[in-house]
Amino acid sequence: MNAPVKPKLRIATTSLAGCFGCHMSFLDIDERLLTLLDLIEFDRSPLTDIKHCGSCDIGIIEGGICNAENVHVLREFRKNCKTLIAIGACAVTGGLPAQRNHLDLGSCLTEVYLTEPGLAHGHIPNDPELPLPLDKVHPLHEVVKIDYFIPGCPPSGDAIWKFLTDLIAGKTPELGHGLIKYD
Amino acid sequence: MAADSEMQTTGLDSILDRYARDPNALLQVLREVQELHGYISSAAIGHIGAKLGIPHARIEGVASFYSFLHLRPHGEYRVLFSDNITDRMLGSQALMEQMCQQLWLQPGKVSEDGLVSINTTSCTGMCDQGPAMLVNGRAITKLTHQRVQEIGHLIRNRTPLADWPADFFRVEDNIRRSGPLLDNSIAPGDVLRAVIESGKDVVEAVKQSGLRGRGGAGFPTGQKWEACRNAPGAARHVVCNADEGEPGTFKDRVLLTRQADLVFEGMTLCALAVGARHGYLYLRGEYRYLLEPLQGVLQRRRDSNLLGKNILGQTDFDFDIAIHLGAGAYICGEESALIESLEGKRGVPRSRPPFPVTHGYLQQPTAVDNVETFCSATLAIQMGAEKFRAIGTERSSGSKLISVSGDCPRPGIYEYPFGVSVRQVLQDCGAVNTRAVQISGPSGMCIAESEFGRKLGFEDLPTAGAFMVFDDSRDLFEVARNFVHFFAHESCGFCTPCRVGTSMLKQTMDKIAAGHGTRHDLNEIEHLDQVLQTSSHCGLGRSACNPVLHTLKRFRPAYENRLKSLDFEPAFDLDGALARARQMTGRDDAGAHLKTEET
Repeated sequence: MNAPVKPKLRIATTSLAGCFGCHMSFLDIDERLLTLLDLIEFDRSPLTDIKHCGSCDIGIIEGGICNAENVHVLREFRKNCKTLIAIGACAVTGGLPAQRNHLDLGSCLTEVYLTEPGLAHGHIPNDPELPLPLDKVHPLHEVVKIDYFIPGCPPSGDAIWKFLTDLIAGKTPELGHGLIKYD
Repeated sequence: MAADSEMQTTGLDSILDRYARDPNALLQVLREVQELHGYISSAAIGHIGAKLGIPHARIEGVASFYSFLHLRPHGEYRVLFSDNITDRMLGSQALMEQMCQQLWLQPGKVSEDGLVSINTTSCTGMCDQGPAMLVNGRAITKLTHQRVQEIGHLIRNRTPLADWPADFFRVEDNIRRSGPLLDNSIAPGDVLRAVIESGKDVVEAVKQSGLRGRGGAGFPTGQKWEACRNAPGAARHVVCNADEGEPGTFKDRVLLTRQADLVFEGMTLCALAVGARHGYLYLRGEYRYLLEPLQGVLQRRRDSNLLGKNILGQTDFDFDIAIHLGAGAYICGEESALIESLEGKRGVPRSRPPFPVTHGYLQQPTAVDNVETFCSATLAIQMGAEKFRAIGTERSSGSKLISVSGDCPRPGIYEYPFGVSVRQVLQDCGAVNTRAVQISGPSGMCIAESEFGRKLGFEDLPTAGAFMVFDDSRDLFEVARNFVHFFAHESCGFCTPCRVGTSMLKQTMDKIAAGHGTRHDLNEIEHLDQVLQTSSHCGLGRSACNPVLHTLKRFRPAYENRLKSLDFEPAFDLDGALARARQMTGRDDAGAHLKTEET
């Protein structure tokens, strides 16, 4: 009889108001991805193209919250993931998209769609298919509870590898010197 | 424009000359310019910078640090309501609202005609006769609906402050219980004369008396003076800390009003002990009204040869005292920040060690003590160690002034021997149905009824003097929230843990107050406290969580009954955050709304 196989950890990832740079950095773990795949399997993620997150052990989210759809996805992750991780500057602080926070959303929309030439035939898009933007961009932890934060823009592949292997091994993740950075 | 800048630099030279164009006097110069012009213009900064040899940016850096200095016109009348919890309990918020309505003004804004601005400021030290305010730096007490209305009229009619009813500016001493300090009536100079005649060693005498610092920390005064005397240095200094900024404390105000000679005599004795030639009294800006009377006392002492050259005929005993006014920064009560401020800089605490006794004012040995400490030192020498030690307890000798405020019929100053119980003080001030007492201000302790048997003194409850009483009609959560706002406002901004941590703490408390709090937020407060306590640069950050932790421990339901029973809640209304986009797109479909999450 075979020894019981240790079930693989299930991980979901997504990018909200981010640039996918953190996902690109995740791919920078290179061939270690194969080692990782011995230990985990992916649920919803750009790597699988699964559209909705199922029950998972770990959720990893890059990007902040800029619209209603981001809120729905974030809530879905929180509901299904035992551990939820905010990765990268945008998820942790709002990052670049939050630059608009000192402007009124109405003036932004007016400027982009009405006064500037060239876009959208002079009206603000109002198709119900489109998610409405929030008046401010928020980091994830202002909307749901977040368990861990990996700062950096983006965090390096090595930092992500160290963080995940620690977590999978049941250790409180610790990013030492050289791995933790805020730029 | 040329005329403008000329106006903005008139009178500057006479101010600069009065301070002998000393760059260390920068803060004093700026404060006087502020008094003269109502703000500090760029032209004035340019002029001062050229004369003192200080770059423009550094002067702006200093001016922007102190909340009573303004770099832009801030109204001919600058009204600041004292915002301590005791002022609020006496109705200050409604009075401020009333005044804003009367003068058509929003808090923090200057009226369009440049006449007036209204805002809040940290405790002004008038808790026994609040609600209080400052108008152009002058303290006004006992505000009522009627008084505020009269003030509104006076401002609207542009009546000069000097012509306002004197009654408005009356500050009562409210001494409810006196002891050896407040009853002392020894003639100025007698203690000093006796010491000189007997050749008594002041350091030894103070050490034997067991006197400990009255600012709260309780460092043995004799030991401090001895260290200062023994420290190598070209010159030594004596500094009296009268920056009484801890909310709820006002004992120094009364000592400086009633017993200024005891304070100055103590400083002179200290100068004799350590060999100092220069002394400074750092008086908080809120007590600006005491400046002239205190200068009068100093002049009288100079005329009696108790200050100046060859004091009491002693060759080589030269000592004089200058008064330095603060400008609205609580942090300057921390001794190294106070010294930075004395040197005309931003009041950012220094890294310690080295301590001021070896590297203080101008990096020279400096003895910094509280107003009450200097008074008590004079008293201890006058009485002799044995008699002085007979008052109080074994490790807390002498008497202590307690500033009682809050829910009691007789707020004011109470002098007790150390070791008095909280219950005794409550009984004496007539407090009934007391729920809690905040000892030694927001950075001190909040205690509940079961602890009222505890004793004031270094053995049990050390205190700088504040004693704020809260009866059973008060919500201790709101008390703690007021204190948390205070710390966030007063953080000097130098170190990140305190600058960011105190703001995060404030946001968390506001979130709970708005009904969005969860258990997660209570955990976050505990986490924040660890960060603040372990990594802050100075005591402000380390004590900023105290009000919350103490009330959470003793009055947890005051927090819990505000929590939503969810795991987590955003601090803002998510659906409301879509309102602007709904308005801009004209949408109101289901997708244009976010429901509150059911968990």
